[in-house]
Amino acid sequence: MRAASVALARRALRNSFRKPQFLAPLVLFPTLFLAVNVGGLERTTSLEGFPAVDGFLDFQLAAAITQSLLLGGVSAGIAAALDIEGGFFDRLVASPTPRLAIVLGRVLAASVIAVLQVTYFLVLGAIFGASIKGGAFGVLCVLAIGIVAGTGFGALGVMIALRARNASTVQGIFPLVFVVLFASSAFFPADLLSAPADVIAVYNPLSYIADGMRQPIAFGNELGPLLKGLAAAAGVAVVATGLSVLALRGRLRQA
Amino acid sequence: MSALRQDLRTIGALMRRGLNEILRVPGGALPGVLAPTIFMLGLSAAFGEAAQLPGFSADDFRTFIVPVGLLQGAGFTGAATGVNLARDIEHGWFDRLMLAPAKRPVLLAGVVGSACLRSLLPATFLLIVAFALGVSWPGVGALVLGALLIMGFAAAVACFATVLALRFRTQQAAPLMQVGSFIVIFFTTAYAPRELLSDWLRALADANPVTHVLEGMRQGYVGDVTWATTWPALLAVTALVTLFGTLAVRGMSRQGY
Repeated sequence: MRAASVALARRALRNSFRKPQFLAPLVLFPTLFLAVNVGGLERTTSLEGFPAVDGFLDFQLAAAITQSLLLGGVSAGIAAALDIEGGFFDRLVASPTPRLAIVLGRVLAASVIAVLQVTYFLVLGAIFGASIKGGAFGVLCVLAIGIVAGTGFGALGVMIALRARNASTVQGIFPLVFVVLFASSAFFPADLLSAPADVIAVYNPLSYIADGMRQPIAFGNELGPLLKGLAAAAGVAVVATGLSVLALRGRLRQA
Repeated sequence: MSALRQDLRTIGALMRRGLNEILRVPGGALPGVLAPTIFMLGLSAAFGEAAQLPGFSADDFRTFIVPVGLLQGAGFTGAATGVNLARDIEHGWFDRLMLAPAKRPVLLAGVVGSACLRSLLPATFLLIVAFALGVSWPGVGALVLGALLIMGFAAAVACFATVLALRFRTQQAAPLMQVGSFIVIFFTTAYAPRELLSDWLRALADANPVTHVLEGMRQGYVGDVTWATTWPALLAVTALVTLFGTLAVRGMSRQGY
């Protein structure tokens, strides 16, 4: 199964890199959003209750990474849906490929792309003056949380694709990415969010994922937020992968 | 039948076709209608405290951000017009349209006209939600001016997206169309008054004509409607429509039929 998963992941990655126009929005939109947020709201760091940071860019970098990873999940879902629409999925099912590898291959590809997304934003941040307070270990922590979260979001996208079976429906969840992000502490400190986002943010795993990545970037390597971030990312990954396997079984039953 | 009446009938038919899509494929139009409202609610929930900054010109952030959502809806609609045109090109419908005995600018007017009308849909939805949540009534004058600017901006973005659709002839150019409208809307005074922007964003906002459109839209929500803010908004939107309309007509004329 491992060989099949790796082969399918390689195929997914090859397809992604052959069509960079599908990959570019994963970093382009969050980069623009990051620029606008930082340029327009940098003075909010002086608000009472805002944690002490060197700059708003330091604070917003984790939000941009989280947003990019979520868009990566949508992209993985669209790619899986296109496989279903184009008949590749049916041919795969008819072959002696292990069923689980169909999901794992796509999820593995999402995690590889997550490495590139996190790296891109860390480099971008460094270029524009953000400092990683946690140093090399902090960078590794951001990468670890980002990769696990990216894997989970990829699995979520695949699950939606298996249920929806068409790319346009998966594309339709794009606005939902912003709904779940705005209802978290990804963009602004939880204590300064307006109701009801402040309440939802407490139960939203994205808050912990974003805060977990923000901790080593803006504040330093404090273990609590890092572990919470990693646990939230792992929770999303495990649940989402499980749901996509269930969705695959449902799809195979109908086939 | 006079040539003018024939042109108007053609424009009307193309506009009806564009509007029919909303009824026949409501699922396709839904994200474009919902997204600006989601952004408005999300941005105000996340960044609402920014209104407490000294020098912020509105009492609450939601009121300040409503005009941004209105322009964003117009931008989405304009970009969607380009995506639909690219789809028509891919499916061959555009080829048949080009064989019709109608002038290219007339065909463009029909496509862009439908974008103008469709842009009022996300705006209406957003305003209903905003007023229900307590955003203050801006007055009839501000609403009429807002509708004009929304339709004008949608027309400009539709022309821009048409240029891209004719150039790339594929729906895969959709992100380019969307990013274009995103950039011109957000690199303005979208998030904060000019004085509170960082230096680089203030310089960009000053050079961006859409800042004038946004400030024109913001009248009634923040401050009163004044001619001093209205005429630059009307001038900017007219210039944008003229510029991208000219490029789109040129693109249509270059189609090899």
